[in-house]
Amino acid sequence: MRVMLVDHNKTSQCFFFLSVLRNEDLKEMLESNKESLKLEAMKRIVGLIAKGKNASELFPAVVKNVANKNIELKKLVYVYLVRYAEEQQDLALLSISTFQRALKDPNQFIRASALRVLSSIRVPIIVPIMMVAIKEAAADLSPYVRKTSAHAIQKLYSLDPDQKEQLIEVIEKLLKDKSTLVAGSVVMAFEDVCPDRIDLIHKNYRKLCNLLVDVEEWGQVVIISMLTRYARTQFVSPWKEGAMFDENNDKAFYESDSEEKKDPTEDKPYIMDPDHRLLLRNTKPLLQSRNTAVVMSVAQLYWHLAPKHEVSAVTKSLVRLLRSHREVQYIVLQNIATMSIQRKGMFEPSMKSFYVRSTDATHIKTLKLEILTNLANEANISTILREFQTYVKSQDKAFAAATIQAIGRCATNISEVADTCLNGLVLLLSNRDETVVAESVVVIKKLLQTQPTQHSEIIKHMAKLFDNITVPMARASILWLMGEYCEKVPKIAPDVLRKMAKSFTVEEDIVKLQIVNLAAKLYLTNSKQTKLLTQYILNLGKYDQNYDIRDRTRFIRQLIVPSEKSGALNKYARRILLAPKPAPLLESAFKDRDRYQLGTLSHSLNTKASGYQELPDWPAVAPDQSVRNVEIIEPVKEWAPSLGKAKKPKSGDKFYSDEEDEKEEEGSDSSGSEDSSSSSSSGSSEESGSESEEESSGTSEKTSSDSGKSSTGSEGSSSDSVQNKKKKKTKKVVKKKSKPAAADSDSDENGNGPVASSSSSSAESSSGSETDSEGDSDSDSPAAQKKKNNVKSKPKVEVKSKKEVSLLDLDDFSPAPQSNTPKSAVLSSSLLSDLEGLSLSNVSPTIQVTTPSFGPMKTHELLHHMTGKGLSAKYHFPRQPCLYQPSMVGVQVILTNSSDHTLEEIHVGERNPASLNIHCFNTIERLEPEASVTVSMGIDFSDSTQAANFQLCTKEDGFSVSIQPAVGELLMPSTMTEQDFSKEQGKLLGMNEISETITMATANTSSQAISKQVLSVANLGVVSSSQSNFHRFAGRTVSSGDLVLVSLEVKESCSALLTINTEKSVMASMLLRDLKQALAQA
Amino acid sequence: MIHSLFLINHTGDIFLEKHWKSVISRGVCDYFLEVKEKAVEPENVPPVLQTPHHYLISIYRDKLFFLSVIQTEVPPLFVIEFLHRVADTFQDYFGECSESIIKDNVVTVYELLEEMLDNGFPLATESNILKEMIKPPTILRSVVNTLTGSSNVGDKLPTGQLSNIPWRRAAVKYTNNEAYFDVIEEIDAILDKSGMTVFAEIQGVIEACTRLSGMPDLTLSFMNPRLLDDVSFHPCVRFKRWESERVLSFIPPDGNFTLMTYHVSSQNLVAIPVYVKQNISFFETGSCGRLDITIGPKQTMGKMVEGLMVTVHMPKAVLSVNLTASQGNYTYDLATKVLVWDIGKLNPQKPPNLRGTLSVQSGAPRPEENPALDIKLKIQQLAISGLKVNRLDMYGEKYKPFKGVKYMTKAGKFQVRT
Repeated sequence: MRVMLVDHNKTSQCFFFLSVLRNEDLKEMLESNKESLKLEAMKRIVGLIAKGKNASELFPAVVKNVANKNIELKKLVYVYLVRYAEEQQDLALLSISTFQRALKDPNQFIRASALRVLSSIRVPIIVPIMMVAIKEAAADLSPYVRKTSAHAIQKLYSLDPDQKEQLIEVIEKLLKDKSTLVAGSVVMAFEDVCPDRIDLIHKNYRKLCNLLVDVEEWGQVVIISMLTRYARTQFVSPWKEGAMFDENNDKAFYESDSEEKKDPTEDKPYIMDPDHRLLLRNTKPLLQSRNTAVVMSVAQLYWHLAPKHEVSAVTKSLVRLLRSHREVQYIVLQNIATMSIQRKGMFEPSMKSFYVRSTDATHIKTLKLEILTNLANEANISTILREFQTYVKSQDKAFAAATIQAIGRCATNISEVADTCLNGLVLLLSNRDETVVAESVVVIKKLLQTQPTQHSEIIKHMAKLFDNITVPMARASILWLMGEYCEKVPKIAPDVLRKMAKSFTVEEDIVKLQIVNLAAKLYLTNSKQTKLLTQYILNLGKYDQNYDIRDRTRFIRQLIVPSEKSGALNKYARRILLAPKPAPLLESAFKDRDRYQLGTLSHSLNTKASGYQELPDWPAVAPDQSVRNVEIIEPVKEWAPSLGKAKKPKSGDKFYSDEEDEKEEEGSDSSGSEDSSSSSSSGSSEESGSESEEESSGTSEKTSSDSGKSSTGSEGSSSDSVQNKKKKKTKKVVKKKSKPAAADSDSDENGNGPVASSSSSSAESSSGSETDSEGDSDSDSPAAQKKKNNVKSKPKVEVKSKKEVSLLDLDDFSPAPQSNTPKSAVLSSSLLSDLEGLSLSNVSPTIQVTTPSFGPMKTHELLHHMTGKGLSAKYHFPRQPCLYQPSMVGVQVILTNSSDHTLEEIHVGERNPASLNIHCFNTIERLEPEASVTVSMGIDFSDSTQAANFQLCTKEDGFSVSIQPAVGELLMPSTMTEQDFSKEQGKLLGMNEISETITMATANTSSQAISKQVLSVANLGVVSSSQSNFHRFAGRTVSSGDLVLVSLEVKESCSALLTINTEKSVMASMLLRDLKQALAQA
Repeated sequence: MIHSLFLINHTGDIFLEKHWKSVISRGVCDYFLEVKEKAVEPENVPPVLQTPHHYLISIYRDKLFFLSVIQTEVPPLFVIEFLHRVADTFQDYFGECSESIIKDNVVTVYELLEEMLDNGFPLATESNILKEMIKPPTILRSVVNTLTGSSNVGDKLPTGQLSNIPWRRAAVKYTNNEAYFDVIEEIDAILDKSGMTVFAEIQGVIEACTRLSGMPDLTLSFMNPRLLDDVSFHPCVRFKRWESERVLSFIPPDGNFTLMTYHVSSQNLVAIPVYVKQNISFFETGSCGRLDITIGPKQTMGKMVEGLMVTVHMPKAVLSVNLTASQGNYTYDLATKVLVWDIGKLNPQKPPNLRGTLSVQSGAPRPEENPALDIKLKIQQLAISGLKVNRLDMYGEKYKPFKGVKYMTKAGKFQVRT
């Protein structure tokens, strides 16, 4: 023992000692009270298990340590337990209570691993315990635990299939889960337990489509393959004759919604179900995944679901996979081979990627050859044949033989080159390598059969070569050819027979059979010359050692030689032997593989693997598509209850996330502002962190509502939804349709407490300006929406003027990401991270996008570090409503200490003018060298661009600084419908209107670019417009709340009429100048 | 999904087994070993095999077979990709992926496999997450662990596991913040006898090494993104951003990772940096042959060609070679019949040359096909496609990182037919 201890570090995992150590020693080590000894013993035992040695007799000693505190030891015990529990069921039960306890552990990781092990112990007695544990875990707060429970479902199902019904209930519940973490695992469980319960998917279909991009890669594969099957049952075939393909498809990424709107309006024979399109659109980006399995699964989805002309989208990605590992190549090539049979055009442009290299493995070479053959057509055949010439010479003879077969196939498929191929093959007959020659003969034989034209020259040539060919198969083929076409070579054939009669005894069996055949055929056609020869050969055959040959000889003799016994058959001998034979079909080995779904194991093996789900055929008539619509669950009672209940209601309204998610992605594109948003977001989160110290909790809640408001408020569409929501809140209108989805989810999550809101708000805040709530799912008529919008704009003002802060108000605004920061102190960290896991956005939970999704955030210098004696300050306008007073403009100041000493007591000193209403930040006690801090202030500029001057003081010094706002920053986005806009505009004519024709840079002529430029200049909201050449933006001044309406009518080429209507004419002219400048520059 | 995993060395010994569901006897590997025996080269073993009750999906890597046992339908690429991920993880943890190193670290390997799959379904495959749960072994740590009794296994759920950016660890902190990007392009080409290009394309990859504190949000833009024809990204890259603006926007993983791989559109003509003049011939009479290879610069864009190496897989009949190299030196492996000529830097003034005689087994037929030449080369400071990184911006953090971009061109599958 001592020796072992001394160097057990070095050899801790070494196999040498394992053989020396006996089980008794290990047992002793396990029972000692030293942790290190126990751990050491367990490591050795795991080593034994890994080697496949039996360590089951240590079970009692090991299982005692299941409750050990040492996490590594515990894990190793788990490994052991899972391995041997099945064999030692009674003893395994001793450990169950430990897991049951661990299932209640506050640490989610412990809960999850307990469930993992518990469900992995395959002991039938504990099935009820597992069932309870799974049900509880499925409702756990932590998505990680819920994910584990989805895995456990499969384990329990394989242990006891009788639990199916109960498990389906759990699956149904988990399918509604909004976490991307859970999605993949639960679909896996679904596929395992109840793949036929397609009805469970309906309500989750859109959610799954939209979550897909964010699901981890393995889950993506499973979900995609499930959705492929689902789509085949729910949508009609897009391949029908005269099918309408929306040309917008390619644009789908950029302006997805316009297309969706168009679809139903156009009256065409085939219209793709928007949900069908949604699936295609959302899977396409995954072609760029680094995971080859994901790419392949998207490719097969396109193959099986997309309209024919769209399938080629997957070509490049599949070809890319050929750069990957050999095994990947193998599978991908198999699939390409199947595809290329039906769709040559798809892979023809990348034909050269299938050129064979001498270093490829044989099975790869053969597959490439297969594909090249499939791709061959009149245009490229010469290139391919030239390439084949190289392959024929390959040292890999099996491959060379395969190439010859491929040449044969090309010759049959493309009649133009048939002769060339045939001549080429004949040349190969003089090849030194037997296999090559043999293969050539066989292929020539097949070719000649398919070519009814005269080829006596070739047959003669082959007869000449006959003496040199030794491969039996080839000799047999030549003999067969001679016999079959003996009338075309009347002189040579009998001569060949003569030679064969000489060598009959030494030939291989297969050759002998053909000699007999040849003899018989010649006897029938040319009995004068060959009668004796034939009889001689038949006699030889009669006494051959092989009974097949004896049989054949006897049969032939009876057939051809007339005798009294042979009877009627004799007359038909000629018709039997010399019947025209159908040409063999030279076709791809992959021809029938398309009966299997691409990318599956069954396809790869070309046999049905167990558990293979048949891909259903398209239905003739699409089933009811409304089943996928999701009702809104009115989030009534979620506001009050504790945070602990947060998850349940959320899982109900799965569809919300869809739209948000979608919007978020599109938004980030169109506005291209992620840089700014991310940069400022960290600032803003810091800011709120610092505020939380000084502000009361009430204010911090207000913070969330306010900042959220601004972030969404700048875009017409998203604040539309905010408005909808508000209206709903105040009036408690129950909506049945899915339309105001985004809005609802906000309110819902918000209702659960500010903490949960981060995900939805980030999604929402970055939502694109042009997206509106009429997604593809949107079945509400626009009119209905307008009505709502009409109602809503008034309550908005009222709410704003309300000073009291209540949770209800909070719901009126889109929630803000910061809200979780101030609250975090209240929550356990694990809970917080749980909730973060729910986030659907691409961005990390810590860098929530809080700014509106436009333009780069301009940062201005407030104080240079030279003048500030080391203190430098920068400021920018976060464009969030100021939380201190509604009439103030929020300003964020980043203070940095560039000096080498600590700065103390940084605060705001005197202001000028003294009446200036500033909400200062709290004094910063210390700022370390190189540190920086972001603080926020509120300044009431009274709707003027007059600079706000104040002093920024440290303990020793004071520095005069000034903040001069751009006019666009003095505005607040306002939302209204087009009608409202026109109505308001009508009231602000004459003096209140200012307009000018401006010239725009060419880069700015697209509507996206216009919105981007305008929004970067001014904090306005987009008003959705029905005319594409009209852009409208609306806002209110911060202090007085006067309307500012900007409209831009794009004329031909680059000129546009810019009109601003507002009572604040000074602001209008300044705004006009700024906008003109912004639009003129690219 | 994945039922069991067996690790088999190239001689056919099963040295590790791991089961995620009930135990499957290692006898199932016999089917595989049988096929392996038949296939002469281990590379030729088909990756997917069928046995009466199971399906075997295997990969061959670093002289090891990773053999997984499957019982029901599953996309084969799913398994293959995962097995490669396992091999990558071993490589990442132990620096190499060999039988001896796996045996030495069998406990860590087991712990890793336990975390990577649950019930046969991948659970955690991101290296950053795994490293938070199971720390990679280092000498220092093993010493410390022995003294203090602390363990290599974390007891917290890695933060990445729950977030939407599972690839990044939380709370990363560095004193020196740096981000390096290596743009590496590989030329895949087949040249025919006369030096004409049969096929050439450029495959590029951007390898990144980021050591940045906090949650940096990086944006990388190119001068000429249009060159890129087909791309695939690390999951961290925001695809939508690429679609709309052709910039790479991402929150990077911590440490080394492959940011993107790309393919340069085939419309662009590929510059072939070297020319190869070769003459390999076997005489009809007498058992010998002649070899003469010269390599010279062609389109090198004024850069130095380094690491030049020519590999020739000689026909089996070639017994020995007697050659003289004007530069570098050559080796001929009698067993594998591989001739390697290591040239080093290419001298433009005096193109290196290798010539001499080959002696062929007497009586053997004259080899029909001349062996192809595989060329390896490297050109520093050059991306042969002309791709250039425009700028790298960082948002979300306040420090100024040190940034660097390096270009390199290599020969990928560069073959000269003779």
